[in-house]
Amino acid sequence: MDVTFKIRRRNPDVPDQQKPYWQEFTLNEVEPTDRVLELLHRIKWEQDGSLSLRRSCAHGVCGSDAMRINGVNRLACKILVRDLGEKIQVEPILGLPVIKDLIVDMQPFFDHYKQVMPFFVNDEPLPADGRERLQTQSDREQFDDSTKCILCACCTTACPSFWANEQYVGPAAIVQAHRFIFDTRDQAGAERLDVLGEPNGVWRCRTIFNCTPACPRDIEVTKAIGEVKLAIRKGATSGIIQPDAIH
Amino acid sequence: MHIHKHDAIIIGAGGAGLMAALYASKGGADVAVVSKLYPTRSHTGTAQGGIGAALGNLDDDKPIYHTYDTIKGGDYLTDQHAAKILAENAVDAVIELEHMGLPFDRTSAMRISQRRFGGHTREFGKELVRRACHAADRTGHMILQTLYQQCIKNEVAFFDEFQVVDMIVVDGVCAGVVAIELGTGEFHIFHGKAHFFATGGWGRCWSVTSNAHALTGDGAAIALRRGVPMQDMEFFQFHPTGIYRMGILITEGVRGEGGVLINDRGERFMERYAPSAKDLASRDVVSRAIYLETRAGRSIKNRGYVHLDVRPQTVNRYFAEEGKDRSDFIDDATVERKLPDILDFCRTYLGVDPVREPMPVQPTAHYAMGGIPTNVDAEVIIDAAGTVMPGAFAAGETACVSVHGANRLGTNSLVDLVVFGRRGGMRMADYVKRVDWTDLPKDAGSEIQAEFERIRNGDGQSRPGMLRAKMQQTMMDNVGVFRTQETLQQGIDDLAELRERFYADLRIDDKSHVFNTDLMEAWELGCLLDLADVTARAAIERKESRGAHSREDYQQRDDENYLAHSLAHHDGDWAAPNIQTSFDKKVDLSLWEAEIAQGIAADQQKFRPKERVY
Repeated sequence: MDVTFKIRRRNPDVPDQQKPYWQEFTLNEVEPTDRVLELLHRIKWEQDGSLSLRRSCAHGVCGSDAMRINGVNRLACKILVRDLGEKIQVEPILGLPVIKDLIVDMQPFFDHYKQVMPFFVNDEPLPADGRERLQTQSDREQFDDSTKCILCACCTTACPSFWANEQYVGPAAIVQAHRFIFDTRDQAGAERLDVLGEPNGVWRCRTIFNCTPACPRDIEVTKAIGEVKLAIRKGATSGIIQPDAIH
Repeated sequence: MHIHKHDAIIIGAGGAGLMAALYASKGGADVAVVSKLYPTRSHTGTAQGGIGAALGNLDDDKPIYHTYDTIKGGDYLTDQHAAKILAENAVDAVIELEHMGLPFDRTSAMRISQRRFGGHTREFGKELVRRACHAADRTGHMILQTLYQQCIKNEVAFFDEFQVVDMIVVDGVCAGVVAIELGTGEFHIFHGKAHFFATGGWGRCWSVTSNAHALTGDGAAIALRRGVPMQDMEFFQFHPTGIYRMGILITEGVRGEGGVLINDRGERFMERYAPSAKDLASRDVVSRAIYLETRAGRSIKNRGYVHLDVRPQTVNRYFAEEGKDRSDFIDDATVERKLPDILDFCRTYLGVDPVREPMPVQPTAHYAMGGIPTNVDAEVIIDAAGTVMPGAFAAGETACVSVHGANRLGTNSLVDLVVFGRRGGMRMADYVKRVDWTDLPKDAGSEIQAEFERIRNGDGQSRPGMLRAKMQQTMMDNVGVFRTQETLQQGIDDLAELRERFYADLRIDDKSHVFNTDLMEAWELGCLLDLADVTARAAIERKESRGAHSREDYQQRDDENYLAHSLAHHDGDWAAPNIQTSFDKKVDLSLWEAEIAQGIAADQQKFRPKERVY
């Protein structure tokens, strides 16, 4: 089949390409099972080498190639032509400054990530036998969903609250905090809840739900945010995620 | 030219790089991590099934068994003292990862859960052992995330999206590296005392690969051009189970959970090739079996793939045949819980639900056993005698210690990068306290800058994408799972022609400076061409079959002539290099020699090179 691509482009280095513009490309002999990333590569490798995008693993694990594809945030390597049809529109994710073509400045996103203390904290003495800390599998599963996050920014840049206020930490940072807040081995939950209880923390979330379908890892992002809200209200992390409700 | 000065410069931010950064920084060194990708994009994150360590949480296990399996898996090209260090340090390293918060799955006794993996046994091959410590089927993702998180906690300095393109060698000492800031196109020099190459592999030399687009072997190619020989390049692992045509990896953990390989006649064909370990024989054995089934006309619909079947009814039928207890039987929920990402890949890319249907798989280019030679402290060595290049370190897939020998066991890549990343980090922390700075030459970086201008201004006819596709095809056809003198010579000739076009007839479209991925991809192609060439040349010189290197014209292993590491030297001429391969670097056989010294009878010696049987 033939597929027409309409791609949002800009190149700050070229005088007449500094303002964003649309460009169309047509590809022949496209298979329904082709990934959008493969087709963007065909455009780049066969037609216009200047088309610029980030990518690496090409199977939805590294999180490099988040883009807005037919109006929805996707990883280009994880969406197939058969799910999109013969006309495919590709533009950069929203809410972050565009550097060139489909490449945005990720720094604000990672700065928010770093705000929530996204690292394990436990200053207690290590087990005397020199072995691992103990944890039940059911405690481990409490935060399983949020460990899947690959920091691709699909959720945060799909969030109208983030578009409206770039100071909002955004869904991805909250998911990252969730991963530690509900880990029974971690000790900095209270500090993270303090950070997320600030005006630009979880309360900017208006439960619009854009984040959940945007997640290429199928993380229940809105639910995770809800659990963090509940923990802040309760001032505690226990009893919020019921073992039978583990997602 | 911007100049940055740090004690230790880490190039690459995957598992090995971050581990080194963490331990060097904990050891007091001022560390900078320079990476062409954001750290969490690194390929360590795609490792699925587990990290091997003889914790013995579920089965009786000891590091010496892991050592034995690693040496046997490597078809005795593995350096035995290095394998011993790997297996022993693995236990501490995995426990430390848990202490850093890594969310391993748990046993009913609340300890780290472990699963079976190909080639991992107890009591020297007696039976498969649960050794692979796992976090669902995204163990590498958890390792990468955990290490990055800890680096943030330790305030390690990161230079994200800075791509290292050259190393500066002054009188035999590595004195710095040159990088391009991708966002601006500007050149930077990172002037260090220690420089740690952790840039990963070069699976992108082949057309069907599990490897990320970023895996272009930059660090290895840079080192090669600056006088570091490449060791054991002829050994490149094809993983038996890549998704048909796409090459995306399906973890060996699927077979660890009971999945089986089935041909077009419905036969579990691995019973014929490896009567004992069957589907969990080492990867080289299984990949060859799939090719041989294909040649015999027994691939599915004769299309060059076989089925990987993890449907509970299939798995349980074979479990019952093997006399396994019913409590070991699996159901749909087990598969969903233990292999969520695999199910997601198959459902997304194939429209196949592995709980209901088998997965179509074929061998996929996966892992470089060879690379930058190092000692067990990650110091780069430059000759058969083990002479160290001061200031240069390497670990992970880009390095060759050698713990993987002629064929790597599943899970041992993660073990390698945490163990030798950690050892290298500690060694650098000590090293930078002991040595002075080496002054940079006045023209540092000028040669590579000129090379980039050449690529940018090329006005020939050959697009990098087209040259790369040709390289990948000839490597697949001629330097793949099976090789002969003729195919290898064809590969060498094709690569020579491609390199000539790369240097004389290149053309790129993008002449700008900001995020010029056209330019960077072209330069990376040059790296791939060099490594592909060295691979083919080492392969044509090794006239035997061993591990992943399978010569149809020399089908036997030849310990008399080739129980040795190859070293391929580049003469420094980038456009038309002369590559010389030697086989005078000895394999460390110290465990076997100790058995001999103890007077153990030959047929009782565990570490004596012998025929591999699975």
